[in-house]
Amino acid sequence: MMAEKPLTLAEKIWRDHLVVKGESGAPDLLYIDLHLVHEVTSPQAFDGLRLAGRKVRRPDLTIATEDHNTPTIDIDKPIADPTSRTQIEALRHNAREFGIRIHSLGDIDQGIVHVVGPQLGLTMPGITVVCGDSHTSTHGAFGALAMGIGTSEVEHVLATQTLPLNPFRTMAINVEGKLREGVTAKDIILAVIAKIGTGGGQGYVLEYRGSAIRSLSMEARMTICNMSIEAGARAGLVAPDETTFAYLKGRPHAPVGADWDEAVEYWKSLVTDDDAKFDAEVFLDANTLEPFVTWGTNPGQGVSLNDSVPSPESFTDPNEKAAAERALEYMALTPGTKMKDIRVDTVFLGSCTNSRIEDLRAAAAIIKGRKKADNIRMMVVPGSARVRLQAEQEGLDQIFKDFGAEWRFAGCSMCLGMNPDQLAPGERAASTSNRNFEGRQGKGARTHLVSPLVAAATAVRGTLSAPSDLGEN
Amino acid sequence: MDKFTTFTGVAVPLRRSNVDTDQIIPAVYLKRITKSGFEDALFASWRNDPEFVLNQEPYKNGQVLVAGPDFGTGSSREHAVWALRDYGFKVVLSPKFADIFRGNSGKQGLVTGQISEADTERLWQVIEAKPGIQITVDLTKRLATVGDISVSFEIDEYTRWRLMEGLDDIALTLKNESAIDEFEKSRPAWTPKTLPARN
Repeated sequence: MMAEKPLTLAEKIWRDHLVVKGESGAPDLLYIDLHLVHEVTSPQAFDGLRLAGRKVRRPDLTIATEDHNTPTIDIDKPIADPTSRTQIEALRHNAREFGIRIHSLGDIDQGIVHVVGPQLGLTMPGITVVCGDSHTSTHGAFGALAMGIGTSEVEHVLATQTLPLNPFRTMAINVEGKLREGVTAKDIILAVIAKIGTGGGQGYVLEYRGSAIRSLSMEARMTICNMSIEAGARAGLVAPDETTFAYLKGRPHAPVGADWDEAVEYWKSLVTDDDAKFDAEVFLDANTLEPFVTWGTNPGQGVSLNDSVPSPESFTDPNEKAAAERALEYMALTPGTKMKDIRVDTVFLGSCTNSRIEDLRAAAAIIKGRKKADNIRMMVVPGSARVRLQAEQEGLDQIFKDFGAEWRFAGCSMCLGMNPDQLAPGERAASTSNRNFEGRQGKGARTHLVSPLVAAATAVRGTLSAPSDLGEN
Repeated sequence: MDKFTTFTGVAVPLRRSNVDTDQIIPAVYLKRITKSGFEDALFASWRNDPEFVLNQEPYKNGQVLVAGPDFGTGSSREHAVWALRDYGFKVVLSPKFADIFRGNSGKQGLVTGQISEADTERLWQVIEAKPGIQITVDLTKRLATVGDISVSFEIDEYTRWRLMEGLDDIALTLKNESAIDEFEKSRPAWTPKTLPARN
């Protein structure tokens, strides 16, 4: 018998979900194991089903949460913004009508869709996950093929539990070495995006590999995979290992008994074969990496925190140069200014990138016993109601409150400001979220993307800072 | 979806790269639960600037957008496509598109043609020399023609076929329903189930 062609991890998952192989240029039809739904990108999809007289094929593979629009204060009161309220009510109505499980505001399993899936143990290695949200790539941390989709595709998955997908190319992101104290997964991914650019991953599924990745916790791997889309990638993933299995075991929807054993045996086969070839490879040295921050208006416009704001003249590509000029004007920054001299108004700790318990612990450890800079407003928004509860059980909420931070309820919040949590025009934020686009966090708002550690240190000093700038506590 | 073969309309030069979907339609407009009526939301923030290209008289009725590279990056919001469509755009030409945006466009009948950076510059120059000039986009030949120049564009063969035939994706997939039924029988027992709920 001929030996099978060596495959990458992503290709193995693709192979195992192929329903119909596309012929003469048609895309492959892939089965979808898990469909996550939220209020913003789903109403028109349900409407489409209704108009066509179609049902949801597999309500038992579908789950909805409310996150983008939800307020993070006064959650026991009716939602003040009538359009937000209408959208959330539409989701509740659709979930009821089509028999879909929903976790609504106030429910213990409510939260950001990409925090809730893993927390319930629904996100597993080797499965396909989709959601009408580009940060679905988060779930790749488990060795799942997880992709953000548009509303037409949401409708398609609801109706058929499959998606027609074009084959992808594969890119290995090799991160070798040991991270220094104060350097985190967020710094790795910001450095990767700065290196390959916001379009560098287009058409690719990224596989994060190497000793630095292997040593990361599941939370940290989620942070990295989460921002794969910021490099333009279709998806990003990490091969499952003992860290993955330990995280999953005992979670509400994790397999049990013989199913668990069978699953683990299969999951262990989900590694890229030794002689498999990636279409592209990128290398990053973890040993020399420093905390990374963005200066511009796309996530690729970043530098080490110890560097200065770059000059547009330093870019040879005319598009990049023009984009840098425009970004500096929008950000009101002058080339040559040290990043650490940039004064910040608001610190936002939250979003599907960095709102898990580990992120809150890391930030709390920095600010504990320290005083918040007077110019800073700090908002802490846990990723889910359960994360919030756990943080409270660990006393983290008290640390944040003593520091003068606002302790909020779970949701997407200021990452995209669909709820009242927005920046004012001209306001500058150090944000643990994923996008520094113009106006993302509020009209005219200026965003610097940072890790939870840099966010915490910045809240202490009032300017962009690393924990190492704080001295002894 | 209407069939698309050729189209002629006003060309709009958008000299920007990395036009992300937050710029195409800011999040505040995503709260609507309808699938139409997003024309006011298109480039909402940029349209406050009187200098912005769509505020220039000859471009106000633009239907073919010629933009810089990395168009449609960021969020997966299909609303970005609806906003372009509702404003009147039928085609976007750019040297590079974000994957999700491009996929969404194909589902909604918005043609996304990939052209070289050099051709983008050539198109911009011809359009800017004669604001309001019409451009013809021929999907059968994959050719965009404006004034004296024609540039070829790329679009994947399957999407092109679907656009030219005006076919609905779900109906196409449901032709394979028996293959889906068959596949479901082989799924392992450990794969996740959201119901019955456990927590």
